[in-house]
Amino acid sequence: MSLVEIDRIHKSFDDLEVLRGVSLDIDEGEIVAVIGRSGSGKSTLLRCINGLEPIQAGTIWVDGEQVNAPETDLRKLRQKVGIVFQSFNLFPHLTVERNITLGLTVVKKMAVEEARKIARQAIAQVDLEDKLSAYPDMLSGGQQQRVAIARSLAMSPKLMLFDEITSALDPELIGEVLRVLAKLAEDGMTMMVVTHEIGFARNVAHRLVFMHNGEIWEEGAARAVLDNPKTEELKNFLGSVLI
Amino acid sequence: MIRDLATNDFFYLLFAARWTVALAVVSIIGGSLIGVVVMVLRVVPIPPAKWLAVAYIQTIQGTPLLGQLFIIFFGIGVLGYDVSPWIAATVAFSVYSGAFLGEIWRGSVQAVPKTQWEASASIGLSFLEQLRYVVIPQAVRFSIPPTIGFWVHLVKNTSLASIIGFIELTRAGQIINAATFRPMTVYLVIAVLYFCICFPLAKMSERLEGKLRVAR
Ligand SMILES: Nc1ncnc2c1ncn2[C@@H]1O[C@H](COP(=O)(O)OP(=O)(O)OP(=O)(O)O)[C@@H](O)[C@H]1O
Ligand SMILES: [Mg+2]
Repeated sequence: MSLVEIDRIHKSFDDLEVLRGVSLDIDEGEIVAVIGRSGSGKSTLLRCINGLEPIQAGTIWVDGEQVNAPETDLRKLRQKVGIVFQSFNLFPHLTVERNITLGLTVVKKMAVEEARKIARQAIAQVDLEDKLSAYPDMLSGGQQQRVAIARSLAMSPKLMLFDEITSALDPELIGEVLRVLAKLAEDGMTMMVVTHEIGFARNVAHRLVFMHNGEIWEEGAARAVLDNPKTEELKNFLGSVLI
Repeated sequence: MIRDLATNDFFYLLFAARWTVALAVVSIIGGSLIGVVVMVLRVVPIPPAKWLAVAYIQTIQGTPLLGQLFIIFFGIGVLGYDVSPWIAATVAFSVYSGAFLGEIWRGSVQAVPKTQWEASASIGLSFLEQLRYVVIPQAVRFSIPPTIGFWVHLVKNTSLASIIGFIELTRAGQIINAATFRPMTVYLVIAVLYFCICFPLAKMSERLEGKLRVAR
């Protein structure tokens, strides 16, 4: 059984059908990049996987638990699924350390000392050891995004979801965040990465998914799909993004 | 008989001002407790809880405070319980404040970006944990000016309690004025005393607001 099994899911916002029968499996240790035009449903797909958005039909399984079943404890499930957003969404009233330990002490009921130890490990993974006592508004965008990654990692997730995490960053800050992702990839983290960084998708992702109009339009080994796009839509899309 | 104003009259007013402050403070505490509950019921994603809170808010905001004072003071009396003006006034003002503070705080909670809810849900926090650790600490900042504005409004409105025989600053002034017939002096002193209570509140609002961090 795959770590994530998405089976013919449909998702609508009122009358607007945003996901139209999407199916996708992700194995443990696999890195899946998701590309597609704005509005094609990439973010929505990601948000369905950790239950932030309910779905109207189909099923999603994560690590043997059905996300969209009423009896599922979403709190438990979300500890296994980290998500990092385009806009960082750090807690501005808390220090970097408290941003990271909040989930550990409140959700995992960990003792403060233990939580701090994990915070130090997590912050080291993103190379920001000296920022533990800083507040988010004292950090650059790239640093904030790395803290957001550390906050997710601290929960020891089995799966990480990344939603265009470099899109809000100045170009010179993108590299430091992508390096963190690459390191995570080397460590064998299972990841689903929505990105406009085609180069990153080509070099780091095992598999590539191209979404179009709420459907998975093309998918396959990242390089193969990028080098030999089969559909007009993907050709047009690749022609329109800077590589 | 009309007598002259004496220094004692000033102390009498000062003494009465303590009751104004006491009534305001107790009502703010009582109102805050009710207000927190009203706010939570209002934002919790359970429709009946929301309806209950809305009904409460509409009832209190839609009827005059004076009427609420009368109903609590005389209404409870009709039921056979003897309530002192002090008890009736603190209950009435707490109930009144609870509705307004609850609504002010709901607005502040909703002013916190939705992304803060999503980020905190994503690390596994429950609804109440999200409120407590992430949303309320940030909402506090938005809530300071309107909350303190309401406190000032409440301090001045405590004068209505004189209607049910509670002797606070305004009622004390009426009593002295009846004996001395020096309305200008008496009410000027009263105005100054109200100002002395309210002004520090406004100052506090400014100082607190500068201190807290929120998502932008
Ligand atoms: N909360 C919402 N309410 C209504 N419509 C929504 C909501 N969220 C997304 N949509 C709509 O769903 C569609 C897909 O949105 P989604 O954010 O998944 O696209 P995306 O592929 O991530 O695009 P982008 O590259 O711009 O981030 C869009 O048409 C969007 O307007
Ligand atoms: Mg998106």
